[in-house]
Amino acid sequence: MALLEVKNLQVRVEEREILHGLSLTVNPGEVHAIMGPNGSGKSTLSHVIAGKPGYEVTGGEILFRGEDLLEMSPDARAAKGVFLAFQYPVEIPGVATMNFLRTALNAQRKARGESEFSTPDFLKKVREVAARLNIPQDMLRRGVNVGFSGGEKKRNEILQMALFEPSLCILDEMDSGLDIDALKVAADGVNALRSPDRAMVVITHYQRLLNYIIPDFVHVISKGRVVKSGGKELALELEASGYARFEDAA
Amino acid sequence: MPAVQETVDRVKRIDVDQYRYGFETLIESDKAPKGLSEDTVRFISAKKNEPAWMLEWRLEAFRRWLTMTEPTWARVNYPKIDYQDLYYYSAPKPKKQIGSLDEIDPEILKTYEKLGIPLREVEVLEGVVRPEGERRIAVDAVFDSVSVATTFQKELKAAGVIFMPISEAIREHPELVQKYLGTVVPTSDNYFATLNSAVFSDGSFVYVPPGVRCPMELSTYFRINERNTGQFERTLIIADKGAYVSYLEGCTAPQRDENQLHAAVVELVTHDDAEIKYSTVQNWYPGNSEGVGGIYNFVTKRGDCRGNNSKISWTQVETGSAITWKYPSCILRGDNSRGEFYSIAISNGHQQVDSGTKMIHLGKNTTSRIISKGIAAGVSQNTYRGLVTAHRKATGARNFTACDSLLIGDKCGAHTVPYVEAKNSSATFEHEATTSKISEDVLFYCVQRGLSQEEAVGLVVNGFVKDVLQQLPMEFAVEAQKLISISLEGSVG
Repeated sequence: MALLEVKNLQVRVEEREILHGLSLTVNPGEVHAIMGPNGSGKSTLSHVIAGKPGYEVTGGEILFRGEDLLEMSPDARAAKGVFLAFQYPVEIPGVATMNFLRTALNAQRKARGESEFSTPDFLKKVREVAARLNIPQDMLRRGVNVGFSGGEKKRNEILQMALFEPSLCILDEMDSGLDIDALKVAADGVNALRSPDRAMVVITHYQRLLNYIIPDFVHVISKGRVVKSGGKELALELEASGYARFEDAA
Repeated sequence: MPAVQETVDRVKRIDVDQYRYGFETLIESDKAPKGLSEDTVRFISAKKNEPAWMLEWRLEAFRRWLTMTEPTWARVNYPKIDYQDLYYYSAPKPKKQIGSLDEIDPEILKTYEKLGIPLREVEVLEGVVRPEGERRIAVDAVFDSVSVATTFQKELKAAGVIFMPISEAIREHPELVQKYLGTVVPTSDNYFATLNSAVFSDGSFVYVPPGVRCPMELSTYFRINERNTGQFERTLIIADKGAYVSYLEGCTAPQRDENQLHAAVVELVTHDDAEIKYSTVQNWYPGNSEGVGGIYNFVTKRGDCRGNNSKISWTQVETGSAITWKYPSCILRGDNSRGEFYSIAISNGHQQVDSGTKMIHLGKNTTSRIISKGIAAGVSQNTYRGLVTAHRKATGARNFTACDSLLIGDKCGAHTVPYVEAKNSSATFEHEATTSKISEDVLFYCVQRGLSQEEAVGLVVNGFVKDVLQQLPMEFAVEAQKLISISLEGSVG
């Protein structure tokens, strides 16, 4: 069974239709890149899958392992294994990162009917993952993303991804605001999480990121629908010719 | 969202139950008739076997009260109080006895559970009496707390600390009470304080002798012993030269009372090099979801840093009451004395909070610090009202104030009314204020990571108030954190 099936999705924001019948199928183990110009609906798609309020689904459906995702609250989706790495991770002053991670992880486990992690087990797990991603302990004691650099914020997203072990990871413009070194570190973190049980949807404006996270499939979105799908070579083609050609096709 | 709706319904049900619990208990014998007159004051004084000077003091306050008018400057609205339609004295009575915790509404038990209060303690708090055969256990539970309390008393006595109900102190230590009572909050101070002076029921008296560091947080004792705080509480705490005491008032558990009007007075006095740390957690019944019922809480709290190098620190977590009118203040009389005010005031539903502090700098090189966190949800109104003033002679006075307000939803209001007055050019006063809304993006980030909407609000709010929570004694900080989340349930959705 497909992990994620988006079928003929139509979405409105404040009376304006952003997605006009978008379809996408993602199987476990696959990495899909979604590319498109600004305003094409890339971020809208990621937000609707994760359940962000403010979007009105007027048609189509989203199935996650065959279940109707749109019927679930955002936290229930997270517990089912949907993870969105944000383009702009928010700051939460006064809430230590470590505390946030534990609260979130245990909330997910509880929702799945699993036992909560004990403090020592949890600490061990976080330290292990943090060390792998080159995240200093000091960062875990600070408020969530408070005073973090762009690179640190993105690494914090990947830390959470590694910790929560979701089955679907949506990376929204992960490369925005990162210099090339920070991008490599982040991409390495993501690549380490590729596995046959886990799928990834990488949303990006530029081909650059795909040099580091090599996708199995590339989809070009324009004006709210997928206008072309292909293998990784499609990204290179786009880089050479730009989006204009596809915009005509839409 | 269904989950939130469910919570709203649950909170509504609790409201109804609390209302029932709060007003069901019939006042039996041993009470003064309704209304307030010199006779009422004499009745109360006689009931407490008070010496003549105490009665005179009360009567003087009463006569003055008759000439005063109720203040209207606070940003709170409530129907006119008919002072002749209230009871002013009833003897403390045992709670309605019940056989086991099974008889207590499960919703109320859930609240205790969420607060993390051990069931044994809940039994004591809710007045569970076990049947004859099981009696030993229940008695043990009660005896346990009593014996713990007794152990504490011994320890305090050995240290020379006097800690007793103020009604006893009036009889046993009249010289101390006479020396200090009404010297920080005079009987003429304000309408509600004057009313309290005339009819105060009981409260605590603490005296810590010179050089003594009180061997325990007086909160520990409080938790087990002092449940019935009552309507017109009067508290007097004195830290003599070089003494230190930390005192906690209140409880995170929901408090119900059949008396709607509360007017407490708390006076603190620190002599040279002494320190008092006074923490409050207030969770009185806030009224039901329509804003009916709920406690009116008009409180006068003031500390006098009478000696040089002395310090008074107020920390408060205010979540309950329909109306809160409360300004714990410091008079910084001694040179180099220091006043602190840390406050979390949460209003939800129809609650109205008008709270803040006064820092009155009189001595030289006095310092004060104000950290106020106001959180408004529902259709509530939350006002910070503060005064910082430096006297002509208060050279080198310094104050730092930070007032932050957080709004949840778009039907509530947060207001900041600071008065800053420097009559001395060497004073340094800093004031920072922010108002923010709890952001949709932050909430979505949290729920995307698996937190429910309400857990997310609780987490963000607890982060917002962290600086103040840290000032609370450890065990209460944990409970207060949970209380804050519970107070805001049903506020988003």
